[in-house]
Amino acid sequence: MHASTSIQTAETQDLINLSTPHIQIKDLNVTIEGKRILKDINLSIPNNSITSIIGPSGCGKTTLLKTLNRLVDDTKGVEITGSVLVNGEDIYAKDAEVTHIRKKMGLLSQKPFPLPMSIFDNIAYGPRIHGERNKEVLKQIVERQLRNVGLWEEVKDRLESSASRLSIGQQQRLCLARGLAVQPEIILGDESTSALDPISTQTIENLLVELKKDYTIVLVTHILRQARRVSDHIIFVYAGEVVEFGRTEDVLLNPQNEITKQYVKGFIS
Amino acid sequence: MSNVKKRLFKEKVAKVCMQLAGITITGSLFFIVGTILYKGAPYLTWEMISETPKGGFYIGKDGGILNAILGSLYLATVSTALATAIGVPISIYLNVYVKAGSFLERFSKLLFDVLFGIPSIVYGAIAFSLMVWMGIRASLLGGIITITLLTIPIVVRTIDELLKTVPVDLKNITFSLGATQWETAKMFLRYIKPGIFTAILLAFGRAIGDVAGVLLTTGFSDNLPKYIDEPSATLPLAIFFQLSSPIPEVQGRAYASALILTFIILIIVICTHLLASRQQKHKI
Amino acid sequence: MNWRLIKDKLVERSFSLLLFSSLIVIALILTGLIVKSVPLVQAEHLGKILTESVWSPLKGSFGFLPFIMGTIWVTLISLIIAVPLCVLASVYLVEYAGDALRSMVLPLVNVLAAIPPVLYGVWGVLFVVPLLGQFVGPLFGVETTGYTVFAGGVVLAVMIFPIMISIMVEVLQTIPQELKNASLSLGATKWETVTKVILIKAKPGLLAAVVLGISRAFGETVAVLMVCGNIPQIPKSFFDAGYPLPALIANNFGEMMSIPLYDSALMFAALLLFVIIFGFNLLSRIILNKLEAKAS
Repeated sequence: MHASTSIQTAETQDLINLSTPHIQIKDLNVTIEGKRILKDINLSIPNNSITSIIGPSGCGKTTLLKTLNRLVDDTKGVEITGSVLVNGEDIYAKDAEVTHIRKKMGLLSQKPFPLPMSIFDNIAYGPRIHGERNKEVLKQIVERQLRNVGLWEEVKDRLESSASRLSIGQQQRLCLARGLAVQPEIILGDESTSALDPISTQTIENLLVELKKDYTIVLVTHILRQARRVSDHIIFVYAGEVVEFGRTEDVLLNPQNEITKQYVKGFIS
Repeated sequence: MSNVKKRLFKEKVAKVCMQLAGITITGSLFFIVGTILYKGAPYLTWEMISETPKGGFYIGKDGGILNAILGSLYLATVSTALATAIGVPISIYLNVYVKAGSFLERFSKLLFDVLFGIPSIVYGAIAFSLMVWMGIRASLLGGIITITLLTIPIVVRTIDELLKTVPVDLKNITFSLGATQWETAKMFLRYIKPGIFTAILLAFGRAIGDVAGVLLTTGFSDNLPKYIDEPSATLPLAIFFQLSSPIPEVQGRAYASALILTFIILIIVICTHLLASRQQKHKI
Repeated sequence: MNWRLIKDKLVERSFSLLLFSSLIVIALILTGLIVKSVPLVQAEHLGKILTESVWSPLKGSFGFLPFIMGTIWVTLISLIIAVPLCVLASVYLVEYAGDALRSMVLPLVNVLAAIPPVLYGVWGVLFVVPLLGQFVGPLFGVETTGYTVFAGGVVLAVMIFPIMISIMVEVLQTIPQELKNASLSLGATKWETVTKVILIKAKPGLLAAVVLGISRAFGETVAVLMVCGNIPQIPKSFFDAGYPLPALIANNFGEMMSIPLYDSALMFAALLLFVIIFGFNLLSRIILNKLEAKAS
């Protein structure tokens, strides 16, 4: 299999050419302890839409997501070549400042990980470390973001209680609100609903669909139906390579590549 | 942007502080060993390790510390052997025979965990009172009893940690083959065999280095230890008593004893380290 | 019955006998301590023993306050030195250092744990005491021999490094990477993540490590005895001599027989140590066991 076999439909090409994408990946290679995890990735992720990364487990889709905000840096024995441009700025450049890059991207992890502090402080954490000290402003931010994720009515009377007392679905929405509070441009989701019950999953999915008018969203998922429900575009990754990238309908209903076909039909998982 | 700069500066300062802390802590080890080596090396002669002190250990200028070396070796060897003989079965019993999660198991393990931290002076004080009550004078035997009590919790705890690493499946497999509990226990012992040596070495190190326990129970003697009911010299006490002497030659014996004790401890540590790394290789 | 089954039963009996006799020995130790302490407590009011500051066995006054204060002083000094250093070093080892450095430093810390107390004492006498007496004391304008609670604290601090480091490292390693990622992905620096998230999450475990350190420091006898002066007074500054409880027992046990209540007083000291340390250890073990159960 070669990276050059990755197929991009004509429509996608047009769409990508229309505006400068938030995220462009050029010749990205990631090696972890001598093993090549990602091979020659070239992608432009469309703005203001949801792009899902799908593929069998261990194919490198989570690593791909983590290279976008440089969380992959902390992995043992990792080597990265190539570049990831966010708003035209290479985040792997020598002088790139990593906290600044990460601020631009909210991360929603597999399981909700509320910080060990109150609900209020969870949301205010990001703005505070970036220098916001004004109590009134912080209050406004907290309320706005909790409303954004539909949590305000549920928690407005217990903002000072510990975030770990919320239900797991509420916690995940809190984590989303926490990410939004640092005013990112991009939201990254790493199988963000895999620990949730169906109703909470639906709430998160609906939220993401609503949020895409303001944000560029990249999700990793292994649930094809979820990719189909929420995403506008799909990236299919197999053995560290991007095999197919296109509109959701095209990739799922009319895949061009043999492996994609097999995966979509459920022959490989 | 100044906010970012300030935060990154803080990060750098914190990192330097952490590195300094790490250097202080690891450095203290080299510092201690270095101090003892520097002071002790000039006194480490053949006479020192082959003779007993002449003219009294506190005032005599001649002779060596053979009495203390032998006393410590006897004491530590016998105590470690006893503690192993008692501690290993207890551990095995708690892990194989007693039902996992039962009150007896949790209570006993917690108790041994806690006993591990009880200072040796408390053991010493109790053993001393007991000996007075029974009319036994300070002797090698008293020291052995005290140090054995002291090392049992160490053995039990270390072996317990080892047994935790035995896969649960092993127990199920041997039981399902119709093995008795004892046959299963033997299987466990075989599985953790290299680790048992580590536990024994650890206990030996603790036994040979303890001073508060022997201070009250073993006494001190200028002669080579011959009988178990007589007082005996030990290395830690040889250091403790002779260091405070005003006579430089006697202090020298203390430094030499400290150096020998350091050597013994370092050899033990290196052996445990080698054993542990060999065991890990074996497992992979 | 089958020989195999008989053997199994025999082994079970003898092993359980070992366990129960060791449990009984522990119970006997505690009983012995209590029984021996009773005469003192009967002769004097318990509150008075603990708060009285005159120690004069020949006149029959047994005030434990100087010794309790001596122990508290050296323990506190050792904590002031050791806790920040150990927290910083463990965070560095877990969050910043590479595997190579970590697997080099941790065994060295284990060596530190294996060094017998008396050798720490030798180091204290040869290095710490002169340093305090000749340099640090004059620096603060204090005349001192160096045999002070400060010296005791420094020696103890080094002695409790290993236990605190090894437990703190273990505790910090249980903090999930995802939690750190959550903070990092909001644009926090590593240090901000450490102080605002990791240390807060790790607080109970770190506390348990400190408590174990305290109980180790509380019971340490000979190393402290060798450097802290052993004058039965309530220390008023870092540069005063002190007389911790374990040193009291070690120094006086041989000669106590002829004086009434003396042996009871020393057993009472041992009982105090036993109870306090048992309590501390129990507390930290319970915390650690809970954390371990949570982590798995």
